[in-house]
Amino acid sequence: MKNLHLIYAGVFFTLVFSWGGLVLSSQVQQAGLVPAASEEGSALYPRRPSGAAIQGKDVYISQGCVACHTQQVRPAGLGGDIARGWGQRPTVARDYILQDRLLLGSLRTGPDLADIGGRQSSDDWHYLHLFDPTLTSPGSNMPAFRHLFELRRASATPAKDVVRIPATHPHAAPAGQEWVPTERGRNLVAYLRSLRLDYNSPEAKLKE
Amino acid sequence: MSFPSAPQAEGHAASLAENNLARVAQIDRSLRSPVVLLTVLAALWLVLGSALALIASIKLHLPEFLNTETLTYGRVRALQQVALGYGWSFNAALAVALWMMHRLGRVELRQGWVAVLGALGWNAALAYGLFAIALGQQTGVDWLEMPREVGPVLGVSFLLVGLWSVVAFSRRQTSHVYASQWYILAAMFCLPVLFLGAQVMLLWFPARGAVQAIASGWYTHGVVALFLAPIAIAALYYVVPKVLARPLRAYYLAVVGFWTFVLFGGWAGVQSLVGGPIPVWLQSTSVVAAVMTIIPIFITAINLHGTLAGGWSRVWRDPVLSFAGFGALCLTLSGLVGAFMSTRSVSVATRFTDFTVGHAQHVAHGFIAMALFAVLYYALPRLARREWPSAALIRTHFWLCAPGTVGVVATLSVHGWIQGAQWNAAVLTPAQIAAASQPWNVAVTAGSLLMTLGHLVFCGHVLWLLAPRGERRDDSTQHAR
Repeated sequence: MKNLHLIYAGVFFTLVFSWGGLVLSSQVQQAGLVPAASEEGSALYPRRPSGAAIQGKDVYISQGCVACHTQQVRPAGLGGDIARGWGQRPTVARDYILQDRLLLGSLRTGPDLADIGGRQSSDDWHYLHLFDPTLTSPGSNMPAFRHLFELRRASATPAKDVVRIPATHPHAAPAGQEWVPTERGRNLVAYLRSLRLDYNSPEAKLKE
Repeated sequence: MSFPSAPQAEGHAASLAENNLARVAQIDRSLRSPVVLLTVLAALWLVLGSALALIASIKLHLPEFLNTETLTYGRVRALQQVALGYGWSFNAALAVALWMMHRLGRVELRQGWVAVLGALGWNAALAYGLFAIALGQQTGVDWLEMPREVGPVLGVSFLLVGLWSVVAFSRRQTSHVYASQWYILAAMFCLPVLFLGAQVMLLWFPARGAVQAIASGWYTHGVVALFLAPIAIAALYYVVPKVLARPLRAYYLAVVGFWTFVLFGGWAGVQSLVGGPIPVWLQSTSVVAAVMTIIPIFITAINLHGTLAGGWSRVWRDPVLSFAGFGALCLTLSGLVGAFMSTRSVSVATRFTDFTVGHAQHVAHGFIAMALFAVLYYALPRLARREWPSAALIRTHFWLCAPGTVGVVATLSVHGWIQGAQWNAAVLTPAQIAAASQPWNVAVTAGSLLMTLGHLVFCGHVLWLLAPRGERRDDSTQHAR
């Protein structure tokens, strides 16, 4: 094997062949995939997320959440995803078609989040969990995201926005002040709550 | 196609005529600026990347350690990935490839300044990318964490450096072509295609939904299997026969090993998505390709271990060979583990767990880094025209990194297996699983600390070797061999 052009052509076409087979063929196959109704006349899924959820996804990306959390549910029989209640059905290609940045993830240091909005639908839970994960999940080794919260004068905020950190907590708000989520914090929670796997897809039905 | 019957090694230096030595010294002189620059930058990135890996590892059992937004776990992990992947591995691989291609082809590097320019561009882009990640601009895409505007600069810079390996081959003055040369050519041809494909389909014009996962799997597998690994194999194929002064055990098999490596390396990328939202036939095809990778793994094993056989006493004494021997062992082992863990039944247990992290570390630190260290320990004294200042420091580096790597890989593998069983059994809550992982995470930190210290020793030693001193002998050709 001494001919540069032969080696080049061989390597180039072998690699491009794999690209065509794996990537290009899938792109062509999925080009026609659109939001669909599982039954005649019902709503189309997946749905476009809200503006806050879209901005929250940017926060999710910038904090690197994908390092520890996946967003994909394997079928029953392949691991314990369904048994754990991470979703009532496996995720399928159609679930992701509206995403310009796919965050499937490859490592589960923490749980899967494909349906976190379905499992935890209260804002309060998410704020407490982000402020200090051990408040809601004792033993967790997830870092605290206190930089998504700020201190405000107690009277300045509507009561519903206040994050109720126990007074004994080392980072409890000083007297006369309260913890409230920043705009980024609110967007992140909007995004997390938008992650739901609660609809039927033509390829995968929810269990009865 | 013809296969040279001559040994892979260029022959015993002692038998070369004096003018030949002068010629080799001239080649080394022409390579000095770019190769030394790339090596020094690689060593600095290596220290930074290991320190970041250590911080990330500590954070897993002490979540409040350095807990600021800039250094939150998800960012440190991305920073570490870029610093070690693109900073250390790429710089070192490019340095080693450049040096080997000119040495094997017996040609000088004519336009060294172009390669220097490429090296500067590459590293400036990386520095910018790291700052951007720390400030919150990461993309969330594995192996493409830096913001997309870095991509074109990286691509052009890579070509400015990588180009010369191809030029060296086409201008070679030798009649033999060595396996190392094919592998480096393949690496230089593959990376631009992989990088372009991934940049376009993931960052600039994102492919449709789940297709991004396929493109990402194709790229992340390819960047290791078709760029870093071929250069590391080339390094082992170069340095083992050269130092032992004996031919490769089964040279005629190497060509089969080479083509199967390229073929299966491209197709195996999606095996990590078994059970994911992608077509099942793709998963199966990829698993088959990943399992078939044992063919080239066996061939390189026959060649490397067959050549090393009988020379093991020298492996322990010779610093270059100890790194190469360890790297060769890890190539075989990690290759077999990779094939094993791609099968459906094993993947169910190991996917998403520390087992996959352990395998990645096995490949990156056990095989690739060790192979690159071997050539750097061989090449740098010849480029600097000076012996390594301290044999003890080389041994210290080895005896920190080798046990550190073994410890980290073994801990992550065993823990990953347990973790997978815990996740799949659906009995313990996620927080309970995290709590149960604490002792394992501490053990990984201990191993990471050993590796970080080892890399610090290496970096310091490189700087010591290259530090300007008066005793350099410019007229000498003794280092040319």
